[in-house]
Amino acid sequence: MTTSYDYDEDLKEGRVFTVVGQDWDDMVREISGAEEEHLVVNMGPQHPSTHGVLRLILTLSGETVTEARAVIGYLHTGIEKNLEYRTWTQGTTFVTRMDYLSPIFNETAYCMGVERLLGIEDRVPERAQAIRVMMMELNRISSHIFAIATYGMELGATTPFLTGLREREMILDIFEYITGLRMNMAYVRPGGVSVDLPAGAVDKVGEFLKVMPKRIKELRKLLDENPAYTRRTKDVAYLDLTGCMALGVTGPVLRAAGLPWDLRKTQPYCGYETYEFDVVTEKTCDVYGRYQVRVGEMEQSLKIVQQALDRLAGPELKGQPVMIDDKKIGWPSQLALGPDGLGNSPDHIAHIMGSSMEALIHHFKLVTEGFRVPAGQVYAAVESPRGELGAHVVSDGGTRPYRVHFRDPSFTNLQAIPATCEGGMVADVISAVASLDPVMGGVDR
Amino acid sequence: MSTPDKTPENKLPGVPEGPIARRGMFGATGTGDTSGYGGLVVRRAPQLSSPRPYGGYFDAIADELERALGDGFADAVERVVVDRGELTFHVKRERLVEVLRHLRDDPALRFELSLGVSGVHYPHETGAELHAVYHLCSMTHNRRLRVEVSCPDADPHIPSSVTVYPTHDWHERETYDFFGIIFDGHPALTRIEMPDDWDGHPQRKDYPLGGIPVEYRGAEIPAPDQRRSYA
Repeated sequence: MTTSYDYDEDLKEGRVFTVVGQDWDDMVREISGAEEEHLVVNMGPQHPSTHGVLRLILTLSGETVTEARAVIGYLHTGIEKNLEYRTWTQGTTFVTRMDYLSPIFNETAYCMGVERLLGIEDRVPERAQAIRVMMMELNRISSHIFAIATYGMELGATTPFLTGLREREMILDIFEYITGLRMNMAYVRPGGVSVDLPAGAVDKVGEFLKVMPKRIKELRKLLDENPAYTRRTKDVAYLDLTGCMALGVTGPVLRAAGLPWDLRKTQPYCGYETYEFDVVTEKTCDVYGRYQVRVGEMEQSLKIVQQALDRLAGPELKGQPVMIDDKKIGWPSQLALGPDGLGNSPDHIAHIMGSSMEALIHHFKLVTEGFRVPAGQVYAAVESPRGELGAHVVSDGGTRPYRVHFRDPSFTNLQAIPATCEGGMVADVISAVASLDPVMGGVDR
Repeated sequence: MSTPDKTPENKLPGVPEGPIARRGMFGATGTGDTSGYGGLVVRRAPQLSSPRPYGGYFDAIADELERALGDGFADAVERVVVDRGELTFHVKRERLVEVLRHLRDDPALRFELSLGVSGVHYPHETGAELHAVYHLCSMTHNRRLRVEVSCPDADPHIPSSVTVYPTHDWHERETYDFFGIIFDGHPALTRIEMPDDWDGHPQRKDYPLGGIPVEYRGAEIPAPDQRRSYA
């Protein structure tokens, strides 16, 4: 099979195979004439252990993986292109769908970029920043617990999966209570957040903070010393600091290689410098180390949530605004709770439709046209559960983004698959991929 | 009403005189625009170039790179932009790999971590339509830097930097896939997100978004790229 995509023989990475569908047998026949007995296994894209639609092409010699190549693109949705045809505010609704397990981080990175372009970083209200921090850390716990839960299941243990999803459900309930949605909330907006905490939210998060430490302890009891678990995780998928740096790997994988690099500490944003927490590191560079880092980070996140909650309930931030005090940028109204859930505020609609023509014009202009962002480009980064999540935001001075590129950590971390899988057993590929915790929505965007 | 004085001496201070991006409102033509905005002129933002001192640690980075490159600095770095607290070096494409290698290896620079490549398409910048933007981070010195390279649409070639930063492997494939920039020397420059037999490079500005009109509550909503633009 020769297509225009076949490249010269002197490629450094070996031959390039182009499979366009229905021709898998042809390709296998074509390459099976090789001198050694190799088995090429196509894992995915529809494989429960590949976290969505990731496809791995494994070349096996017996049970040893000699080559592992990842194929992505099955979940490409063109979000970055779509963003260029909507207003800056509508952009949050798109970016939140990228990495669907950490929506708040996508929104925050994007909004930080827009705010820096607007030059209003210092004017975002402190209460909004505290809410962002609290939501991000809750999201980090839900993402990490989901990573560990699915991971347990992939190794054949259903208990971590069931308990992990039970814990995650509590957080999703909190998200639903605060934002109206469990996932893809578009909650963080340029200039602040879309709606203040509803009455009772502080109590609800407080309850969660009481329950969760026990649940993490249970999880540790279940897995930390479990021989079935440690044998599948210790010394598996080794990736040391040199490998991480070369491949651009960040997040828990990097911290499991011993480097305490966490943007919340090294380049703080949203006021993280005022919170007290530790950066969890391990020195083992293996799957077990990454698990330990994730569990440790959940414990640290609980500490941050507690501090943020104390501030939000405290006298200093109580009743403070959650959207920037600039009528040209801040959304004209907040959401209100109606009988069918969180939605339009009837008071605001009565105001613009009944009593103020100017308010109606203002609302109409801001909602349909949006605000203008001065021309320029910025790069804003946050520490997402999977590593450095960066948003490269370019404006040409208009009401729509000129270009938004997300540096998604899953995308970069997946490049470590050959480094972590080759030379190991085929069963350990599952461990290796799961320990990188890729989310294909973020990888393919 | 007196007509405004249009002699160059009486131009408003601080109003940039960039090339005209658009005339009239909404970018719509052929409509009976009675709004009075028909004479509106929107100009492009001027190309920035910052003079020294750059402020903060930016001067230290520029000094060290100047020392590392020697006389070649002025040739390699076309312009330096400091904007919104971020430093950008616009580097000539022939010198990119050399500059990146210095940025990574020089002990005073040490940008060990690259956050990948991002493409941007500026169709109006004749001769430099396609840009590849590299975000670098120095963990040793806790600094950030952006390196920007451009190439003309007619000759979309930029040398590959995979040898310096192996993490650029997939990032360059992505930029090739979406913008059509060919990274010379990349080990396997194939499409990564789009199917292998896809035509065109979807994130270029001349590639339409597509879509169909949708009826919503009795009204027909045009496809996103056909809607009225305020920009």
